[in-house]
Amino acid sequence: MEYAHAMEHAEIVHRCFRCGYCKFPSDYVDFNCPSYKAFGWDTYSPGGRMWLIRAWLNDEIKTSARFAEILYSCVACDNCKEQCVFLRFKDYLPDIFREAKTALVNDGKIPPQVSDYFKAMIVHGNPYRLPQEERGKWAAGLGLPEFSGQDYLFYVGCVGSYDEAGQKMARSVGSLLSEVGVSLGILGSVETCDGNEVRVLGEAGLFAQLAEENIRQFKELKITKIITLDPHALNAFKRVYPTLGGDFEVFHFTEIFAGLVREQRIAFSKYPAKVTFHDPCYLGRHNQIYAAPREILKSIPGLELVEMRRNRENAFCCGGGGGNFFTDIIGPGEESPARVRVREALDTGAEILAVACPQCAKMLADGLKGEGKEEELEVVDVAEIVRRARSK
Amino acid sequence: MSDILQSLVEIVGERGVSNRPEELWFYSRDPGVLAPHLPDYVVAPKTTEQVQRVVQLANREGIPIVPMGNGMALTGLVIPLKGGIVMDMKRMNKILEVNEKARYAVVEGGTSQGVLKAYLQDHHPRLRHSLPDAPPTTTIAANVALHGQGRLTQQYGFNSDMVTGLEVVLPTGDVCRIGSPSIGPYWFSKGPTLPDLSGLFLGWLGTTGILTKVGLKLYPNKKLREVELFVTDRVELVPEILYRLTHLEMLEDINVWFQPVPLVFKDNFHITIYFTGDTEEEIEFKRKMVWDALQEFIDSKDGGFMAVEPMKEMLLEMPQRGIAAFADVPKGGGFEYSGPITLIEHFPQYAAKVVELAAKYWVLYASSARIISGGHSMMFSISFAFNRVDPDMMARVKAALDEATAFALEMGGIPWKPNFMEQQMTLEKMDPNTRNLLLMIKKQLDPRGIMNPGNWEPAR
Repeated sequence: MEYAHAMEHAEIVHRCFRCGYCKFPSDYVDFNCPSYKAFGWDTYSPGGRMWLIRAWLNDEIKTSARFAEILYSCVACDNCKEQCVFLRFKDYLPDIFREAKTALVNDGKIPPQVSDYFKAMIVHGNPYRLPQEERGKWAAGLGLPEFSGQDYLFYVGCVGSYDEAGQKMARSVGSLLSEVGVSLGILGSVETCDGNEVRVLGEAGLFAQLAEENIRQFKELKITKIITLDPHALNAFKRVYPTLGGDFEVFHFTEIFAGLVREQRIAFSKYPAKVTFHDPCYLGRHNQIYAAPREILKSIPGLELVEMRRNRENAFCCGGGGGNFFTDIIGPGEESPARVRVREALDTGAEILAVACPQCAKMLADGLKGEGKEEELEVVDVAEIVRRARSK
Repeated sequence: MSDILQSLVEIVGERGVSNRPEELWFYSRDPGVLAPHLPDYVVAPKTTEQVQRVVQLANREGIPIVPMGNGMALTGLVIPLKGGIVMDMKRMNKILEVNEKARYAVVEGGTSQGVLKAYLQDHHPRLRHSLPDAPPTTTIAANVALHGQGRLTQQYGFNSDMVTGLEVVLPTGDVCRIGSPSIGPYWFSKGPTLPDLSGLFLGWLGTTGILTKVGLKLYPNKKLREVELFVTDRVELVPEILYRLTHLEMLEDINVWFQPVPLVFKDNFHITIYFTGDTEEEIEFKRKMVWDALQEFIDSKDGGFMAVEPMKEMLLEMPQRGIAAFADVPKGGGFEYSGPITLIEHFPQYAAKVVELAAKYWVLYASSARIISGGHSMMFSISFAFNRVDPDMMARVKAALDEATAFALEMGGIPWKPNFMEQQMTLEKMDPNTRNLLLMIKKQLDPRGIMNPGNWEPAR
């Protein structure tokens, strides 16, 4: 069959029945597709996207700003893949959405925010338009060595390098790892973006460049094991780089911390706090890492871990995935994913909303501000909680 | 911007109305085999007042208006046959009240089945509603508006029988409460002892008004659920088997299904028997009663209980996700079914017809009948899967479904959620005085003919 646009999985797009299971978590408590929840049109749901992509491939609708917004409002949270009832093709849903975006990129018909993101990446190597030399500033004063054959590379990524909330988290994680004796080095000002968001936003060529550069550098430095701050980087390194010849042992920092706690290399004092944990999509649904952060939190004496109504495979995304952290296609408002998620956290009665992703940290902190509930809840990364609870 | 669009924006806000090609394309169709037709606008209200104002505008301007839940009836009931406004009700999704002791819930007109199920589990675990096996995104209002069925239909009748009150926006824009909420604050009766005005809206497929609130009966949620699967290859015995099971007056649900693939199911009729209890003792008692009721068929070697363990999780799932998955059997994203309501004693004839139609039109079938109200009738589904990129296959499925409906009418059955052509066939078959009454009521309620036009209209 001839289609108007090239897509690798074009031949299965018509198989979506748009039954809508993909909109929900497994127990149907609320809509779990962030863009559908925010926009409220079926066109912004996974089934809607599938049907519109088919219409677009068949030239029944044209490329438009609206169509681009519909595609780019997807936060790539993988809830649809998790919940779709069609076992024979559900795993390809995220690929189909990404391929459609790639086709828009190739046609040059993408939302201006996405275009700006790519321009920043091409010119500056990061979305913040900041100099490459400043990439390592987050580590100032911590005494973390440059990588030179240590056991692990500690990779922080763009958000950890440049964003204020991300830097704070990178410093928490990096210094703690160092303090407990984990042999690690950093790349500092020579670190290159992992490209996860570039890929999901559809810039396949730029992603390939970034990935190849990272793989080259990692191999040159004889890096074999990587600890990532950001689950988005974990995803790129663990799931995509191997397809490009980059095979590394990749861990999220919570996995390393959980091991250290298990080995009793981190000891805790009593830390009485009621805490709820937000599963980052790229840690949870994309990479099935649910236990490690919980294991850490549960090992802290006095800390009470309470779950949000939607957790683990059913967690509701903060809205930052799929590049929305940078492009903000979904936008603010009462039904923005971060605000919805913060309300869910508030419902638990927790005083701390624990996070394990710098993008989630920022999104949820903003959501908390939007709700005006900063007095009731604090967004804190898992490493900072460990630091607070750690026996001196 | 046109005056109409401007007016709609003033009512529902910019994010509540669209005339963009993407929404117009999507809301012009459903997942079934009927041809699409573009609306002019799609609106998504959040309040009864917004619904009312949109209807007033539509009535004033003579614009067709089509209420929509999740659009999963599959028979084109939300296709705007004459253009106009499609009203997506799903933003009106609040659960307004649960009266635990009186066992009813009041929900907004776009509340989904899944959300009510989860809400009851969280907040009223002793209660449940009659959940259909349709996807959880389907709405309660749409389900009762087309006389849907659910998991408790065997015990308590059609889901529309479980309505305890309605709030309806009439085609003129007036807002009416139906039943006990028209008298006081409680939603415990849709009609009795008043004249039952709910009959003006239930079964009318959105042609007489828009349901903005629904009161719904809730039922005891027993702690335990169990299932048995009885199998026979003698179709003529199915009515008697069902008669004996319904005689027990203790079963939650009874479904009879048969399908040619996978081969393990071919040529057999599977009777899924659900029962509930609060204790193991109660469950085991009911299991014994079920087995005793069918012992004679086992002794005569006409049937037996199939080992249910491998399928138990799937059978007990609510809703059953596997039903939607039937759409991908021909790797094509679609299925549609005719589901006439008919007598259980006609099961063998209907079963033969399914097989005949599948062979004649060279399509894949699956059939599942649900017993209604203790055996007074059944919904017999004649389902055909199709591949959406195969127009010829879709045409064959449509022809098979048309023939199935004609057959059902010949047999004295009533088509369930009929498409507009099946409605015409039904009106033609109907007693003329009854037909005139129906059309007169419709005309009285909707003098300008704006509500879901093309439906419940005789052929010209």
